[in-house]
Amino acid sequence: MAENKNSLGKELTKGIIKENPTLVMLLGMCPTLAVTTQAKNGIGMGLATTFVLLGSNIVVSALRKIIPDKVRIPAFIVIIASFVTLIGFLMEGFLPDLYESLGIYLTLITVNCIIFGRAEMFASKNGVVASACDAIGMGIGFTLALFLMGSVREIIGSGQWMGLTIPVLSKDPMLLFIMPAGGFFTLGVIIALVNKLSKKKPPLELSCKGCPHADACAKNGGDCQ
Amino acid sequence: MKALFVILLSAMLTDNFVLSKFMGICPFLGVSKKLDSATGMGLAVTFVMICATCVTYPIHHGILVPNDLEYFDTVVFILVIALFVQLVETMLKKCIPSLYKSLGVYLPLITTNCAVLGVTVLNIDNSYNFGESIVNALGGGLGFMLALVIFSGVRKKLEYADIPDTFKGVPATLIAASIVSVSFMGFSGLFN
Repeated sequence: MAENKNSLGKELTKGIIKENPTLVMLLGMCPTLAVTTQAKNGIGMGLATTFVLLGSNIVVSALRKIIPDKVRIPAFIVIIASFVTLIGFLMEGFLPDLYESLGIYLTLITVNCIIFGRAEMFASKNGVVASACDAIGMGIGFTLALFLMGSVREIIGSGQWMGLTIPVLSKDPMLLFIMPAGGFFTLGVIIALVNKLSKKKPPLELSCKGCPHADACAKNGGDCQ
Repeated sequence: MKALFVILLSAMLTDNFVLSKFMGICPFLGVSKKLDSATGMGLAVTFVMICATCVTYPIHHGILVPNDLEYFDTVVFILVIALFVQLVETMLKKCIPSLYKSLGVYLPLITTNCAVLGVTVLNIDNSYNFGESIVNALGGGLGFMLALVIFSGVRKKLEYADIPDTFKGVPATLIAASIVSVSFMGFSGLFN
């Protein structure tokens, strides 16, 4: 029993730092770059993704013995898209401001590689409880990464943070940081810092490991690099 | 005619899908290492974007809107795109094997490419008519290809650069992407 608890704890915590989906596994870059002009949007996007991830992981792992292997990709996509529609409704109803500022990127959670990747790599092979823990851990890791990105960009780019005004920076904010170019730059520097701190050999390329299409790609003799 | 031209150029340059809307970052970073694979991926994405628009537009306006089912957009669109990519793959394999050889590898990667779903949803959000939607998809795809091709050139130079160890690989690529994105900011304000 104790061992069981330990392994569940490990599923829960691995996503936060060791296998952080954004900063270590380099998945889900599009929302990471697009919505992080403000820390608040980062949290909103992170929590919405966590909700979808949790829902899809639970449903996929519960149905993993029923869904035939051949049609699993369309089946996963439908499950994920349904949860995205659900969170869209919830957010439009209860948090209309956030809904407006996330805009099309809320719909695009459907094609976030983190969700698809976890369904394919974890939930379709593990039990419901383990998959739920995995989803919560990955979701928190993703949210923290977005929050970090959003904070850096908002503080430097607009001199504000979560409604607070930062004294010196707000006078002459570096607008570049809230523009698209600043997103790429900030993410590059943050990933470099993570590499430095974890003293790991930096990932030289985007690895195929996390890509949901690794299978299909290899079958066609492709090399996604 | 002028309106169509503005849509084409703004989808290609000022609102470039990769560099200012951040859609399709994964293939942008993953497939831009060599010029020929960048071109192949760009062509495949452009093709699928146009076809996906041709299919999803009638579905939205012909089936979903009359039945008050607009909220099914996401589910229906992504399914249609997934089916369509599969169909194109099979057809290319049978009918035009030479084209399949050069594009086939990229097709499965496109199913969950956010740029493709993005363009179909944007067409609906901006309430474009059929012609405008197609032009928007064409511009988006060409812009995607342009960004990939330019970036593959940048990455070739990057390979020979002496970069600090911590920044080697993805961080350096992202910072290079940021500089390319700055250069595309020069187009902003081109149309008002």
